[in-house]
Amino acid sequence: MNSDIATNRLSQDQYQANFSDISAVLNGWQAAVESERCLYCFDAPCVEACPTDIDIPNFIRKITNGNVKGAAVEILKANILGGSCSRVCPTEILCEQKCVRMDKEGKPVLIGKLQRFSTDVLMATGQHPFVRAADSGKSVAIVGAGPASLSCAHRLALHGHSVTLFEAREKPGGLNEYGIASYKVIDDFARRESEFVMAIGGIDVHYGQRLGDNLTLDQLRADYDAVFIGIGLGGSNAMGVEGEDLDGIMDAVDYIRDLRQSADLSDLPVGRRVIVIGGGNTAIDMAIQIKLLGAEDVTMVYRRGPDQMGATEHEQFLAQTRDVRIRFWAKPVGFSGTDGKVGSVEFERTTLDDKGRLSGTGETYSLEADMVFRAIGQKLVPLSGDGERPETEGGRFIVDENYQTTLAGVYAGGDCVEGLDLTVEAVQDGKLAAQAIHRQLGGS
Amino acid sequence: MADLRSNLAGIKSPNPFWLASAPPTDKEYNVVRAYQAGWGGVVWKTLGEDPPVVNQTCRYGALYGTDRRVIGFNNIELISDRPLDVNLQEIKKVKKDWPDRALVVSLMVPCEEQSWIDILKKVEQTEADGIELNFGCPHGMSERGMGAAVGQVPEYIEMVVRWCKKHSSMPVITKLTPNITDVRYPARAALSGGTDAVSLINTINSITALDLDQMSILPSVDGKGTHGGYCGVAVKPIALSMVSEIARDKEAGGLVISGIGGVENWRDAAEFLALGASNVQVCTATMLYGFKIVEDMIDGLNNWMDEKGHGKLDNFIGAAVPNITDWQYLNINYESIAVIDQDKCIHCGRCHIACEDTSHQAIIATKVNGERKYEIDEPECVGCNLCYHLCPVPGCITMKPINNGKPPLQWVNDPRNPANGAAK
Repeated sequence: MNSDIATNRLSQDQYQANFSDISAVLNGWQAAVESERCLYCFDAPCVEACPTDIDIPNFIRKITNGNVKGAAVEILKANILGGSCSRVCPTEILCEQKCVRMDKEGKPVLIGKLQRFSTDVLMATGQHPFVRAADSGKSVAIVGAGPASLSCAHRLALHGHSVTLFEAREKPGGLNEYGIASYKVIDDFARRESEFVMAIGGIDVHYGQRLGDNLTLDQLRADYDAVFIGIGLGGSNAMGVEGEDLDGIMDAVDYIRDLRQSADLSDLPVGRRVIVIGGGNTAIDMAIQIKLLGAEDVTMVYRRGPDQMGATEHEQFLAQTRDVRIRFWAKPVGFSGTDGKVGSVEFERTTLDDKGRLSGTGETYSLEADMVFRAIGQKLVPLSGDGERPETEGGRFIVDENYQTTLAGVYAGGDCVEGLDLTVEAVQDGKLAAQAIHRQLGGS
Repeated sequence: MADLRSNLAGIKSPNPFWLASAPPTDKEYNVVRAYQAGWGGVVWKTLGEDPPVVNQTCRYGALYGTDRRVIGFNNIELISDRPLDVNLQEIKKVKKDWPDRALVVSLMVPCEEQSWIDILKKVEQTEADGIELNFGCPHGMSERGMGAAVGQVPEYIEMVVRWCKKHSSMPVITKLTPNITDVRYPARAALSGGTDAVSLINTINSITALDLDQMSILPSVDGKGTHGGYCGVAVKPIALSMVSEIARDKEAGGLVISGIGGVENWRDAAEFLALGASNVQVCTATMLYGFKIVEDMIDGLNNWMDEKGHGKLDNFIGAAVPNITDWQYLNINYESIAVIDQDKCIHCGRCHIACEDTSHQAIIATKVNGERKYEIDEPECVGCNLCYHLCPVPGCITMKPINNGKPPLQWVNDPRNPANGAAK
């Protein structure tokens, strides 16, 4: 069968409908009713489950009491990217999983939606609720402008330090701008949120600046009082399988980046039969979005079972209810095609051996595909160039409890350090690193 | 099936659920709909002398609970704003069409004997079952020397009741205002005047809310507001207390009582009856939900009575009255402490923080293997009940009686009572 990759598979109305907001947004009345379900727990388990320590009962009570902007400030003072976290956080494994309402009712207070409601109200005012302290005379360089870096920059600016962000791409926001599924952050939200964060003042941004390319760590360390690295994981893992270089096989993150930056979704090439290899949220985002772009048949293939999947149950549900088929317990062992284009993928069934290790069974099956996406994880791109570099372990920068790398005065956070690779965790990394940098600079 | 037939001072109705004199009983149309829905009786909205009063447009204020449920309500509406004759004709027709239902007419005229003679004569011709004297309205009419202005002066109550008994053969129900210091005085006055029953409570002076933009109280009538009569479920505790005060009063204790104030369901009604009321009157709940709510009032009361073996209302009317006493006669040696059912606890921690911040520091917050645990510190617990009430899980916190081996002791006999010490 000939490879079938085409643009313009849907009408403009269909693109519009498919890529509208995936989340049912609460209106004021719904938010008020939902907020009243919160029991205002003492030592609330939801707060403990929030990586950024948002005082959840307090912000919800403010919504109940009609102090919606106060609620937003309560969120943002702990998590300046509370707006994007309310859209992308896997609340079902964080705050909402720990809601005491789960115990008897199995239905948590909709914390994420309440957070979105209140932060949306505040951001719609166009006002920035925090005031920068007097200029400290200290300056900090931040490499990258993703969630960890924006969070770090805001907290440092709040303390009066001058911050310069160096971003390799053309826009701030990191994965919020280039990586998150489009229907989770509609209406250019990542850009608007980045502008909101930087509205505190004292933050400069230089785009097109890449560490090891036109930027060196030595120079930053010489020019600034401290450096924070929040460069994420820029590289994609390869499968190491024969035929991987055929046309039509590509990295999911690259395709999603193009999708997110596309002015017209009908320009994107879309295969009729698509296979996504991987089991994380990127794999899910890829599978759903290619389906919504008009692919006829989308299959995710993951080498382990649903319980081991990086994507949460909720994400799996999203995929399956959008007509994405998920196949478990199989790994790709070969790609074949004609004229240099991929046509099918050979999978070997997998199982766990008696020691719990994954192994192939030797049994194989083949699936036809016009497009294949790799979504099997990201990796740190090693810093190139001369000079001292922070040490890594397991492909991530080593940091101490203050987020300081093995180089004095150089800090790191977000996906480029060890962790859960969640936006909310990156925000916390950036915030805590900023506090440590502030202390290093003589603050308290 | 229990027998729900009710008899209030000779006025019979198929069940003890009456509509109180208020907007829902303003005219034939509403009253017929109420009877169709199953209401046992109706007190027609208060009639006065012609010319009829004129009402304001914005009449109601509200206090909201969870999910915008109205838990308290108030109004600045006056008595019937329709011509007297129209009301009387409709009353006569409705009573003729619905002979098995109670129909009582609420009245409010100036404190002059002739005014009462005139209106009593007219009402008698309708063949209504009785009259209710509106001595309660706290707004609008009281400024004209009627309503609460009468109800706040026991001598006036006695005088008007006496006139009504003298000039009419209809049973007289005297409706009492709660806007007084001690409800037993107006009740005793009504009894002295010869009333057949009292009904209470009428509404309470209140301001439910303000519009902070306009700096006006609500309801706002062109930017200005005035206090209104408070009602709804939030007033039930006040009403129950006042009913009980009369029920256990040495002088007025024999009075027939029609209980009013925040009745929303069969359980509320059963509580009023247990405190000595012969029936209940309902208004606010119907204004919020419509007349259909009477269906479960009847059904729920019936099921409860069957379950408890109460064949008829008299079996439990007043049953709780002997258990009401004054503080000094409570058993001061009775002790109980809170017990938390750890299997039911959802770990919200509210019992802990309430006890810690505001009470006796008797609930310990701990963590066991990373899991929150809240435990009663028994020696510190005074059994105050605070945690029991605020716990969101029914049955999770209970109050366990302590067998301390001490005999029952009333404060009046307690050696720790300074009054007793002084006597020695």
